[in-house]
Amino acid sequence: MAVDSPVVDDVASLEAGLDALDSPIATTDKPAAARRVLGSLWPPLLAVAFLIGAWWLAYALKVKPPFVLPSPASAWNAFTDGLATGATQQAIFNSLKRAFVGFAISVVFGTIIGLALAKFTLFRRAFGPLITGLQILPSVAWVPAAIIWFGLSNGAMLFVVIMGATPSIANGLKSGVDQIPSIYPQVGKMLGANGLEAIRYVVLPAALPGYLAGLRQGWAFAWRSLMAAELIVFSPALGFGLGQLLEQNRTLADMPAVMATIIAILLVGILVELCFFAPLERRVLRQRGLLGDKL
Amino acid sequence: MSTQIISTPETLSAVADLPTSTRDAAVVLTRVTKRFNDSPGTPPVMADLSLRVDDGEFVCLLGASGCGKSTLLSLIAGLDQPTSGSIEVPAGRTALMFQESALFPWLTAGKNIELALRLAKVPKSEWSDEVERLLDLVHLRGQADKRVHELSGGMRQRVALARALAQRARILLMDEPFAALDAITRDVLHEELHRIWQETGLTVIFVTHNVREAVRLGQRVLLMSSRPGMFVRQWDVEVSGERRIESPAVSALASEITQDLRREIRRHGR
Repeated sequence: MAVDSPVVDDVASLEAGLDALDSPIATTDKPAAARRVLGSLWPPLLAVAFLIGAWWLAYALKVKPPFVLPSPASAWNAFTDGLATGATQQAIFNSLKRAFVGFAISVVFGTIIGLALAKFTLFRRAFGPLITGLQILPSVAWVPAAIIWFGLSNGAMLFVVIMGATPSIANGLKSGVDQIPSIYPQVGKMLGANGLEAIRYVVLPAALPGYLAGLRQGWAFAWRSLMAAELIVFSPALGFGLGQLLEQNRTLADMPAVMATIIAILLVGILVELCFFAPLERRVLRQRGLLGDKL
Repeated sequence: MSTQIISTPETLSAVADLPTSTRDAAVVLTRVTKRFNDSPGTPPVMADLSLRVDDGEFVCLLGASGCGKSTLLSLIAGLDQPTSGSIEVPAGRTALMFQESALFPWLTAGKNIELALRLAKVPKSEWSDEVERLLDLVHLRGQADKRVHELSGGMRQRVALARALAQRARILLMDEPFAALDAITRDVLHEELHRIWQETGLTVIFVTHNVREAVRLGQRVLLMSSRPGMFVRQWDVEVSGERRIESPAVSALASEITQDLRREIRRHGR
């Protein structure tokens, strides 16, 4: 049966109409960027204002003597002083450098272990519970051992960071792989992907949302592990990180500076989350159409 | 234009003798049995099933749930192995399409097709032209950058079809590919598939539980019984004139086949 061209054209135009009608409608009515940022900023700002208010109230009511509980204003002054001398920036830089190095090594280990957990049943049965246990273990518990093994050194801090972050990354990737719909690997096989190609082109991208969640949690664990380690691994020979700064301020009983340092640690954590992990996750989810209206 | 369908029903013995054909074979199944359970008491999913599909033929496999239609496609695709019997695929590579498009949501429509080209070891220099040609073939020109969630169900299946064609396969295995679509879209895709089959000369093995769809598309319709899956009857569908889902000739043959299908299903209630 020969198909004459008018019939084909007819189908093509019919199809074009159907495509236009059936395609999901893109939400184009996004508010202007500035307004959107403002709209998403005021609730957390309100919460911060509330907390500072409560702090100030506790200070004003003299719940604790002022040298124990300083005022928000004196903490702010200590914070700006630290910035003025450059001590805070230097500490942030040192800490971030350690955290990034430790995190990067953890990503390598966590990815290998996570893939092994996902792909090899025996490995999972043997090591799965142990790795979940390590994830629960507060990594500060490794600090005494790390000091004995590595001395008061960067290596000791790095070790604590790696022990803190790796299990989260491994478990995140494992659950990411577990949640892949079984049809994707099947399609990969159908398309002719061999073992490595299947991991590279199907398994890893399909598991990316779970993997990202693991990386995010891994970063949080790396940062808090590092702070715990820096508090204890205190040596003038090592660069001053935020943890060492905090410990020094404590021994000098400089409470405004202690509060200022805690705020700096918190801010760095929030900034990395807001500027790196949150946009990355949002992008990945949006690409896959998995992001609802929530910001 | 009146449509005439001349159908020649043929009752098949439990072990169908392979018909001889002057054309090359695309797929030859000889006495294929498949069990998922090793215990001898349970009936096999399919028993002693033989089938020969000619190169370039469009065959529809029809049957109720549990007749092993999908299993049969997995076996031909090489995703699974038969318990006994032999499966030859002289035509070479097969491509498989499912009820859901199973496009990778982390890639755009174009990149989904490109991945198939990459894995089929097509030289990189040809990718972009090939992607464009294939999207053109399924009437999706200019949609290469769309994400999967931005496409309608019918568009997704057309991208999946383009991806299947990108595999350089000579045999297209389709497992109820239009079952989840609305009737209008399905009708259009029938025409599309028919056109693409004619343009490419592919061998198509199309599994469905929709009798009209089978009559609308197939040159040959095979009815399968369930538990164990076997071919019980086949119809050669010869069409003169345009074959549309609503044409009386399609309806007439469809109701004849439906009666046989119902008889097969009733046997299991006894």
